[in-house]
Amino acid sequence: MFGWLVRRDLILAWRRRADVLATFFFFVLVVSLFPLSIGPERELLRNIAPGVVWVAALLASMLSLGRFFGNDYQDGSLEQIMLTPQPHYLVVLAKILSHWVISEVPLIIVAPVLGVQFGLSQNTLGVIALSLLLGTPILSLIGAIGAALTLGLRAANVLVALLVLPLYIPVLIFGAGAVSASVAGLDTQPYFLLLGAMLVLSLVFAPWATSAALRISVE
Amino acid sequence: MLEVISLGCIRGDRRLFKDLNFSADRGELIEVRGANGSGKTSLLRILCGLAQPAEGEVRWDDQNIRSLGEEYFGSLAYIAHQNGVKDELTAIENLRIAGGVAGNSLGEREAQEILARLGLQKESYLPSRFLSAGQRRRVALARLLATKAKLWILDEVLTSLDTSAIDLSCQFIGEHLSAGGMAIIATHHDLKICAAAMQRVEITT
Repeated sequence: MFGWLVRRDLILAWRRRADVLATFFFFVLVVSLFPLSIGPERELLRNIAPGVVWVAALLASMLSLGRFFGNDYQDGSLEQIMLTPQPHYLVVLAKILSHWVISEVPLIIVAPVLGVQFGLSQNTLGVIALSLLLGTPILSLIGAIGAALTLGLRAANVLVALLVLPLYIPVLIFGAGAVSASVAGLDTQPYFLLLGAMLVLSLVFAPWATSAALRISVE
Repeated sequence: MLEVISLGCIRGDRRLFKDLNFSADRGELIEVRGANGSGKTSLLRILCGLAQPAEGEVRWDDQNIRSLGEEYFGSLAYIAHQNGVKDELTAIENLRIAGGVAGNSLGEREAQEILARLGLQKESYLPSRFLSAGQRRRVALARLLATKAKLWILDEVLTSLDTSAIDLSCQFIGEHLSAGGMAIIATHHDLKICAAAMQRVEITT
């Protein structure tokens, strides 16, 4: 069941790839605008790079939250999914996993390439990718709660940003912190450990909270 | 066996119905009737466990469906106003994926046979957005033929179907009943279903 659900979402995303590409290019453009507007000051660029990449990743994943459950809700397939003989926890986890693969993995892959524009060292580029690899699943997990809570509401897009962005702050701090530490030549391990801990915590609670929110929204 | 015990439903601050009692046994058809806005859909959603009743309870094999949870969903097939048919997927993908997600995988051949029975053999590889409203409904109905669920809950399934499709659906609902299944159908049509036992539930406020 889990596999079918993930497969379904991947096929759907492939058939509507314009949506996925839009968030991807949004991320690429936002990150690229900074070096273009600030100019070739190496030191400055290097210092702002962690914040820029992470804020752009946050906003890009924000953009994709509307279609987390939205399309399924509108055509009635969400009800069908919720009536599968499986714990809702697993159902929601499958949705979150496919959202992560569709919307976040492309960002992780392209982020080190974009980092080159900021004159970052090879080591730091690796840290960017790794921090996103640990951090973006948390964004998907927390985002799912917001998407489920605002399902079917009129100002859902604005509301979901207000709900979810404050919860993203710890991820932003430690994700960007890891990259900053790497730029400054400091130890990055504590940041990764903290991100890992947050990931485990949200993996336990977020699908559960999301399925409770979905039940309320569908009713 | 499905039992509905003094069920009441409130939407917003309007009471739709209260003290509704009926039960369905194997092979039994229940027809839910009521004017527009009387709460037929709300009743069916409560029976599915998608909505919570304001009062009363729904029991399946002597257990409250809330405590049964996903175990109950395994014996249930629900078709709502919205078909749950994905525009981007072909008819056959819609059917196979819906089957897979619900836990009974279908082979390509099997799925094709089911769609052929519903008169969609030519359309089975067409993306569903090119299908008409009636054809989408047929794709949704195909799910019923694929599932092994005992209890079918159907909400106005006959809307936008042509007469031959209506006859066909009545026929396979009849087959399902004679195989020991149950069906609860909200409808305005007069159903031509041969059922061993039939009950009419009228919703009045």
